[in-house]
Amino acid sequence: MANPAVSLREPLIAGRKTSAQVSRDICAVLDRRPTALWWSAFLLALSTLLLGVAAVGYQISVGIGTWGLNRTVGWAFDITNFVFWVGIGHAGTLISAVLFLLRQPWRTSVNRSAEAMTIFAVICAGLFPVIHMGRPWLAFWMIPYPNWRGPLWINFRSPLVWDFFAILTYFTISLVFWYVGLVPDLATIRDRTAPGLRRRLLSFLSLGWDGSQRTWQRYETVYKLLAGLATPLVISVHTIVSWDFATSLIPGWHTTLLPPYFVAGAIFSGMSMVLTLMIVARKVMRLEDYITRQHIDKMCKVTLATGLMVGFAYVIEFFTALYSGNQYEQFVFVNRALGPFWWSYWIMVGCNVAIPQLFWLRRVRRTVWAVLVISIVINVGMWFERFVIIVTSLHRDFLPAAWSSYAPTWIEIATLAGSFGLFFTCFLLFCRFVPVIAISEVKGVLSVGRQFDEPLPPPAGARPLRAVPAAAGAVAQTEATQ
Amino acid sequence: MSRRMLLGFFERETDILDATRAVRQAGFQIADVYTPYAVHGMDKAMGLSPSRLPWVSFLLGLAGAGLKVWFEFWTTAQDWPVNVGGKPWNSLPAFVPVTFEVMVLFAGLSTVFAFLFVSRLWPGRKVRLADPAVTDHRFVLVIEESDAAFDAEKVCELLTSFHATRVEERVESEKEAR
Repeated sequence: MANPAVSLREPLIAGRKTSAQVSRDICAVLDRRPTALWWSAFLLALSTLLLGVAAVGYQISVGIGTWGLNRTVGWAFDITNFVFWVGIGHAGTLISAVLFLLRQPWRTSVNRSAEAMTIFAVICAGLFPVIHMGRPWLAFWMIPYPNWRGPLWINFRSPLVWDFFAILTYFTISLVFWYVGLVPDLATIRDRTAPGLRRRLLSFLSLGWDGSQRTWQRYETVYKLLAGLATPLVISVHTIVSWDFATSLIPGWHTTLLPPYFVAGAIFSGMSMVLTLMIVARKVMRLEDYITRQHIDKMCKVTLATGLMVGFAYVIEFFTALYSGNQYEQFVFVNRALGPFWWSYWIMVGCNVAIPQLFWLRRVRRTVWAVLVISIVINVGMWFERFVIIVTSLHRDFLPAAWSSYAPTWIEIATLAGSFGLFFTCFLLFCRFVPVIAISEVKGVLSVGRQFDEPLPPPAGARPLRAVPAAAGAVAQTEATQ
Repeated sequence: MSRRMLLGFFERETDILDATRAVRQAGFQIADVYTPYAVHGMDKAMGLSPSRLPWVSFLLGLAGAGLKVWFEFWTTAQDWPVNVGGKPWNSLPAFVPVTFEVMVLFAGLSTVFAFLFVSRLWPGRKVRLADPAVTDHRFVLVIEESDAAFDAEKVCELLTSFHATRVEERVESEKEAR
């Protein structure tokens, strides 16, 4: 009976779970009353969000002159935050779509929360360009609709317009992908819930899912198609974000390296954010059997791989500047590493290239607190990467007479804090109301890495056939065939 | 016409797969199989033909991309051409990114809506489960008693040999069969 192939793999889900146990464990969090820890985290996140709302309200009513921008540095904190948050989102799509296409069964434990993270991160990201417009009530001018101004159409040659379409499509597809994956789980919760308002709401949202295999087959097809669509989509989104910079003529931005560099950086930062969130969530929600050290280990490997790509891009940037023979290009890169913002450059290199090398060590990858610390370090480093790319390329431009510096105002810092508040408020609500692990998908991979030795069910016995009415109103069949 | 169904209840994935395969080989008509998760290989065991949803995705994606290229061309080159940095009116390469995004949007959304339509899923749909635990851990095989020669006793024996925990007969009225 022993299958040699099975013993080669560690069980994916620990604790020898059965299907029924999986539903019970994951739904347990939803049935419990929120703990004091949850309430304190939620209130902290909510108050940070309110701080951000106040800051945004102030800067919209007064104008974005409240920021530290000047004529030389026209993009700084705001666009840094935008790129940072879009990047965070990308790991969710990587886990849900790319790893699905690559048939990686370990994704099932983390895909639900990673996708939720994507959606919330994209919401945070989308807010920044809208705030940056200065007159956000005119944001709808980005939509090409027949208007009274001509009709004057938007400029489809502009990367900023591409970005609008990319972010909007990315948000819509991520949301739909997430919801489709959620429907079977909502049905599972529906069937465990006593009749009442909650059950009615779940019945509404679960679309009448009944577990029919015909539906499952179509569902799998849809899932595959959405994964196939989301994979090039996620690459296109950060490519287009990088084109916001690369299509300009600013030294330090104007390079063909930017798209792959941005995509790798996005997955790198997103993976580290998934690690941060999951390590905390598995502990607090007691899901250690589902998000095991093996999962953390694998995510560390993805982080390490993408981190190396990012480190490689840092080297190539310098090489390109050197090889181009262009003095402006060369100046920008020397200025990055040794100019007034040298500290931000070396924070970036230290956090993104040096420290993640610890992930080569299996001991580090399997030590949960070490992974948590490193993942937070990477998050900081990736925020600084965007800051370095944007501010150091701008602040010393072609004419020394126009050189200037940049420092954020407290309004900008409060806005950044507010975006974290929004993100964590959404994420904490998600943890309370939605199963954080894809129940039906985990049930499908329970057998990975173990001999699936469920006990034989009791025999049906001597009186197997019983006729019952299908439902009220049906013709009752009495033991007709017996 | 009312439909008579024979339901076999199973606890294990391997049992329902084997039972489905055997029932189909014996020539009985499988109405459906209800499972808590997508059971790998079940579509083959039931003899389901592959879903045609990829066609919806492909065609609607193509339509979305085509419409978008036409729209971008019409707005930038025909309706009100605006000179941006001396670029040609019809800047086809610059239209690629937005066209791609719209293609993905059309293909993705239409696939999901087509899926909900063909699977007859909608918000608030009344659901009648084959078993209350079918979304939790139980597997149910539903066989249609298609003719008078249907020998329920024999099928029952067959299902029990695959460790069915329970076998039940149900009758659906015409209204319910809908």
